[in-house]
Amino acid sequence: MAPEPPLLTMSGITKSFPGVRALDGVDLEVRAGEVHCVLGQNGAGKSTLIKVLAGAHQPDGGRITWCGQEVTPGSPIAAMRLGIATIYQELDLVEGLSVAENVFLGHEPTTAGFVVRTRTARTAAARLLERLGHGEIDPARRAGELSAAQRQIVSMARALSHDVRLIVMDEPSAALDPDEVDNLFRTVGDLTAEGVAVVYISHRLEEIRRIGDRVTVLKDGRTVAGGLPAKSTSTDEVVTLMTGRSVEYVFPERSPQDAPATAEPVLRIEGLTRKGEFAPLDLELRPGEIVGLAGLVGSGRSEILETVYGARRPTGGRVLVDGVPLRPGSVRAAVRAGVGLAPEERKAQALLPMESVTRNVTVSTLSRFSRGGWLDQQRERDAARRTTRELSLRPDDPDARIRTLSGGNQQKAVLARWLLRGCKVLLLDEPTRGVDVGARAELYGVVRRLADEGLAVLLVSSEVPEVLGLADRVLVLREGNVVHTADARELDEHRVLDLVMEGSPTA
Amino acid sequence: MTQSTTPAGHGTPATPLAPVPAGKSAAHRPPGLRPDVRTLSLLGVLAVLVAVGGVTRPDEFLSVSNLQLVLTQASVIGVVTVGMTFVITSGGIDLSVGAIVALASVWATTVATQEYGFAGILFTAVAVGLGCGLVNGLLIAYGGMVPFIATLAMFASARGLALQITDGKTQIVTVESVLDLGVKDAYVLGIPPLVLVFAAVTLVGWLLFNRTTFGRRTVAVGGNAEATRLAGIDVRRQRLYLYLLSGLCCGIAAFLLIVLAGSGQNTNGNLYELDAIAAAIIGGTLLSGGRGTVVGSVLGVLVFTTITNLFALNNLESAVQQIAKGAIIVAAVLVQHRALRGD
Repeated sequence: MAPEPPLLTMSGITKSFPGVRALDGVDLEVRAGEVHCVLGQNGAGKSTLIKVLAGAHQPDGGRITWCGQEVTPGSPIAAMRLGIATIYQELDLVEGLSVAENVFLGHEPTTAGFVVRTRTARTAAARLLERLGHGEIDPARRAGELSAAQRQIVSMARALSHDVRLIVMDEPSAALDPDEVDNLFRTVGDLTAEGVAVVYISHRLEEIRRIGDRVTVLKDGRTVAGGLPAKSTSTDEVVTLMTGRSVEYVFPERSPQDAPATAEPVLRIEGLTRKGEFAPLDLELRPGEIVGLAGLVGSGRSEILETVYGARRPTGGRVLVDGVPLRPGSVRAAVRAGVGLAPEERKAQALLPMESVTRNVTVSTLSRFSRGGWLDQQRERDAARRTTRELSLRPDDPDARIRTLSGGNQQKAVLARWLLRGCKVLLLDEPTRGVDVGARAELYGVVRRLADEGLAVLLVSSEVPEVLGLADRVLVLREGNVVHTADARELDEHRVLDLVMEGSPTA
Repeated sequence: MTQSTTPAGHGTPATPLAPVPAGKSAAHRPPGLRPDVRTLSLLGVLAVLVAVGGVTRPDEFLSVSNLQLVLTQASVIGVVTVGMTFVITSGGIDLSVGAIVALASVWATTVATQEYGFAGILFTAVAVGLGCGLVNGLLIAYGGMVPFIATLAMFASARGLALQITDGKTQIVTVESVLDLGVKDAYVLGIPPLVLVFAAVTLVGWLLFNRTTFGRRTVAVGGNAEATRLAGIDVRRQRLYLYLLSGLCCGIAAFLLIVLAGSGQNTNGNLYELDAIAAAIIGGTLLSGGRGTVVGSVLGVLVFTTITNLFALNNLESAVQQIAKGAIIVAAVLVQHRALRGD
């Protein structure tokens, strides 16, 4: 590759927020037509960097050179005019508008300046979608009816509807299934072949190896390595750069004795099913046992957990705790029987975002600290603090606002909620989503310790190593059916992926 | 956003059942007692208003009888606002409060009801309020209706029913024991009984909001209803109770209005819904739910009532008064946004 002048050079970018130095000297150099990956843990400054590029944040210091000229994208519109488009993790489509309307939002083709030429917009949108290899998306459909993968394509079409030379993609594969990821990569390949540069943010090292050209690694708001060859840099080296450690996951030791097969199962699932979501499932969980459900997005994993928990009503079968059947479709019955759920969407499904740690922990146990509805707030606070200390939740302040905590500590608060309640069965749905690589190991340790203390854990994760490393027993799911059950130590990642993908429709 | 976990956060051995240091606990003041920026700024506004009144109308404004009047006028809408605060904090809204006050006040003053005397009037006013609240609550909690729509429907129906009962006529109260509550002789240490009721409702409301599981659940539902449901709390029942509570407050307010006016009218409680919402909002309760303050709401009511009083004393038009109210709402919310961002 001939050394061309780079398309974009950022040097010494700094950005502070009250109390935090988010960027502390970031350098990034992107060439036309390359896929440049940016790696870093949560909090390393990736999101802030993206926002600076997109014009959403103004840097405090440093220089941005674009096509040889120094620029300061002062607003998202200014960045767009330069030819920089950003596709955020939370896709920003207006659900009530059609695909074509979303693509041309803000620069609709018009007659006389204000009458939107719908047909022109649809034709142009169809052409853009065709160019992205997704001619099957109807420009007249409402964006809200599309799948996550299709929405992403629409966001990309929107970017291309401007004269774009750089597309920033923030964890684009997070919501996608493997075959959809393949499609995404093909599209990225087509774009770069046309000379468009892509800045690709991802956690998944194997993806970066597949499509990346070069890698920049951020740590604590600083560039620790720039322009590494994506294909040949070893995983170990990248992880070391990201963490200062040389291993990505550390799993706790399993308890020496096998899950006591003699103990009475605390949770029994008998033929539980929901039409169209998952086939009848039988499962027994003993105290001290961690059972993992592995499968793709859409294989029914989360649906199973939520049905066990009563948040969804089963169409057949039943759930028993300590031999007593639960009233189907009742969360309260499940909670009262000693079942707790740490849901997948922590922010939306578990946290009271404006409240303190204490109030988030005690929300399921309020009646314990009250007499006739009257709260003993001192006792409540002390109990919350005892439990959060057992889990080493940081900061050790029961009055801290939950939303100021890191993902790992928020998850600990959710676990503390159920520990305080004294639950017997813990359902964990993607327990490490949004949790730092470094904090994960600690969370794994907590889960294992709780199991050793007699809790039964049912774990769902889309990260196969996590299921294999943490669980004692693994159920592999495909399209709502259990295709394999085995001791976690007898399985490896490739075997599980084979089972999960086998026979699944490929694009 | 960029919360980085400190190294100390990892790998430190758990300290099981560590005793809570007493010093730190003692320093802690339970939330609800901590005066915040919003409450203080509202107190400031009130102080300014009192100063303005003291300067412009020194003899009349600060007289005992005028203060009694202001507080009495604040009582009716104040009781409604306490109920509204709970509803808004839970993420809901009750547009029917004014109509419920009207319906309760006319139902409680029909000739047939008045035959049962004091108890009959009080019981009817409260029962009608609770009944309307029950319908609202059932429609919203179990019928899955949006609070805005359900209470808008109640607003229309209750007003209509009030008109039908009275046929547009004013129903004079003839029960002496009810009217007696409004006269000077009934004042306790110079405080009108209506104001005492308002104070009692405020106190009970504050305790309910800040010291009970009911209050805690109200805030939780407003902050994140789905998370609250998944935490094992019966969100629907909580919602039902909240609209019942608002209805109850409307019933009490209707009784106070009957005492104050000596009559029941189908036009009673006109625009109470807007006044109550405005008072709650400038008090610091979030319209989107999850945060509320009873004290702030009551201060909001006092601010509005004092303004009305000031304008009346200075012979200013009510049109100007409306404009001033609007400006205060805007200013209060802007100040709160600042304060929230500073959090």
